[in-house]
Amino acid sequence: MAGFVPDWSLQRKGATDQRRHLEKIKEALKDRLPDLVSEEAIIASDGKHVLRVPIRSLEQYKFRFHPWQGDRVGQDQGDGQPGDVLGRLPKSGQGAGQGDMPGEMPGVDYIEAEVTLDDIAGLLFDELGLPYLKPKPIATIPEPTWKFKDISPKGLMGNLDKRRSLRQNLLRNARTGPARVGGWRDSDLRFKTWVEEPQPEDNAVIIAMRDISGSMGDFKKMMARTFAFWMLKFLRTQYRSVEVVFLVHHTQAREVTEEEFFQLGESGGTKVSSVYQLCQEVIQTRYSPDRWNVYPIHFSDGDNWSDADNRRTVDILESLLPHVNVFGYGEIREGGYTSTLMSAFSRIQHPRFKTVTITQRQDVYPALKTFFPRKEG
Amino acid sequence: MANVRPKAYPTDDEIWDLARARGLDPYPVIFESVPASVLYEFAAYLIPGRMSHWSYGKAYHAMKTRYDYGLNKLYEMVINSNPAYAFLLDSNTDLENTFVRAHVMGHVDFFRHNQCFQHTPHDMVDVASRHAERVRQYEFEVGRDRVEGFLDAVLALEEHVSPPGPSIKARERVSYGTRGRDRQSWDWDAEPAGVREVRHTEAADDLLLFLMQESRHLEDWQRDIVGMVRDEMIYFWPQIRTKIMNEGWASYWHATLMRELRLTDDDYLDFARLHSQVTAPMMYQINPYALGYAIYRDIEQREGRDAMFLARTVDDDVSFVRNYLTEDVVESLHLIVYGAEDDKVVLKSRALEMVRDRLVRELVHGGIPVIHVDDGDFNQRGELYLIHRHEGVDLDVPYAERALHSVHQIWGRPVHLETRHDDKRLILTYDGKSDTKVML
Repeated sequence: MAGFVPDWSLQRKGATDQRRHLEKIKEALKDRLPDLVSEEAIIASDGKHVLRVPIRSLEQYKFRFHPWQGDRVGQDQGDGQPGDVLGRLPKSGQGAGQGDMPGEMPGVDYIEAEVTLDDIAGLLFDELGLPYLKPKPIATIPEPTWKFKDISPKGLMGNLDKRRSLRQNLLRNARTGPARVGGWRDSDLRFKTWVEEPQPEDNAVIIAMRDISGSMGDFKKMMARTFAFWMLKFLRTQYRSVEVVFLVHHTQAREVTEEEFFQLGESGGTKVSSVYQLCQEVIQTRYSPDRWNVYPIHFSDGDNWSDADNRRTVDILESLLPHVNVFGYGEIREGGYTSTLMSAFSRIQHPRFKTVTITQRQDVYPALKTFFPRKEG
Repeated sequence: MANVRPKAYPTDDEIWDLARARGLDPYPVIFESVPASVLYEFAAYLIPGRMSHWSYGKAYHAMKTRYDYGLNKLYEMVINSNPAYAFLLDSNTDLENTFVRAHVMGHVDFFRHNQCFQHTPHDMVDVASRHAERVRQYEFEVGRDRVEGFLDAVLALEEHVSPPGPSIKARERVSYGTRGRDRQSWDWDAEPAGVREVRHTEAADDLLLFLMQESRHLEDWQRDIVGMVRDEMIYFWPQIRTKIMNEGWASYWHATLMRELRLTDDDYLDFARLHSQVTAPMMYQINPYALGYAIYRDIEQREGRDAMFLARTVDDDVSFVRNYLTEDVVESLHLIVYGAEDDKVVLKSRALEMVRDRLVRELVHGGIPVIHVDDGDFNQRGELYLIHRHEGVDLDVPYAERALHSVHQIWGRPVHLETRHDDKRLILTYDGKSDTKVML
């Protein structure tokens, strides 16, 4: 063997570069977050749905021929006659086909990355932070907890993960011969291992408020829902327990269930002060700011009843602000004007008061980043 | 079971001796048995120990996943070097390994004797390892992201090299031994920065060589990387040009040598199954194993064994198909010409002439568009003007635009590409900020 004695087990290059490729996919996904965050299929999925996201940036763009111009040679079964139709070209929505003007996309090759809700959440939450977190007095000292959430090839027999070990054994046998269980080796065994769970410090409450007046159409409902969905999911990763209070209003405000909150649509006018009033009551009676991190968030299209009510709203808001972590106002509009409510709010200069305007799906992502900036300030 | 005598499989040396006795003349071959993760890694990188890049990781991932799910299996991987290395999957059966060894004999004989390979270095594994080492060093010096970003651009253009041909006019051979570490002795700066006439120079056909020599934008490590990628591509280029011939030759010889062995009935059946797997038709594609095998068999029957050996020595895929594809082969392999008509894909012909001409067109220049440098000082402003030699099929314009970004990244000044699109002249330009398209 001429002095060539390599140790093949040292080969890692493929695995290393594969990981780099996956990292790049992740980076590319990050660029698409504004689209992904407001993808209905994902939000409606309960984490089970897998979304296939085309990513173009990982393609190596080379000088190559137009994929569907000119004839090709291939094999068939010997039964076709000239003139037979073998198939159809990809739909010209993707731009394939002859006679394309330059600039259209003939036969675009892309990677389809499979992403789940958790993947998107992971990417998104990397970008978010919790501003103005107040240390709260701790009622009970949180005990450190352990969770079995990892698998290792070494461990205590008592922690043997039988299902995974069987699978490992089966896999190994399948690679070398018939797939069967048997011929056990130590390397087949898998053990459950535990990690210490850091305890989130405290509790949070979201007070979600929504305008259900006649002017709130389907798009506005969807945007409010999307925003609330991510906000809730994010805060649940940050606090041990997160409670949500759902309030809706037109000219009067009331507390509703989560389902109602997202589905209710009523007619009538809008009196924003009514719901801010109710919000204040809820905080005072049920969620003392000493013990709770409070995150009120309000969605409306800003078409408020009157200037007098706007003033009243601003007054209540200003009295609330010292007691909340962040108060968010999301104005969802389909037109380009600025509402009277937004104008009234624009006079409030308080670091805990955040306003955003959402006019299209892609605005949800920057809105989340405005409410939960990575750095305080 | 009539056949109970113990199976005896030939050793590496016995197979090699048998191949030589039947007229092959392979380099010595070193066989190594490796696990799937290693074999698939070699198959993704094409040379063991080659430089790192995520695109190889992507290929590795795809191949390994297909293997893990049992969708395909690679039996071997052979490296063109002297001695040759052949890597066998460690889970192969003895019979599979015998079959694969016989197949490898064909490849290694082909590497040694086909004229396209007369310039390839015999120590490419070492060369590639040295390249990998230098790339790692550069990553250490200038940072991984910069090296990766630059490699992205160079690898996107890697096919645009002009290997020393098997041509009659003997070009100066690229000397691999002195490349690399002595590179600083190359005289980049000797050339004055003024107007340069690049038409008709050798580098004009070799985009990477031209960029390496003429770009005034590159740092030394970048120039070195362009050179390394180019060297590796030049090594692979003969394999691209002879895919059908090479796989066909190897298939012809595994079939021939296996039939000479005294196989048991069971083994013979297994061998027949393997052979038919390898040469199975691929719907609407060409299986190079099957096509090459069929053409060699056809030559042997019509013109004898010597003619077959002659073809193996002097042809490449283009001339092989042009000279030797016959009606019989077209018919037995059910070869067809097909293509787009409106929004449909239609079978167009089974005629020999049509199939042959169309196939030759696909094979010319490895199926890669020919791009040459027309002017390295376009507009007297150091801009680069490239021309795509249009031979009937348009470029994929969106891809070309993005590829032009890669050229710009290496050239550092505005770059232009002239091509034809829908029978009109089209000039693409990228100046580092925006793309422009001019249709003339």
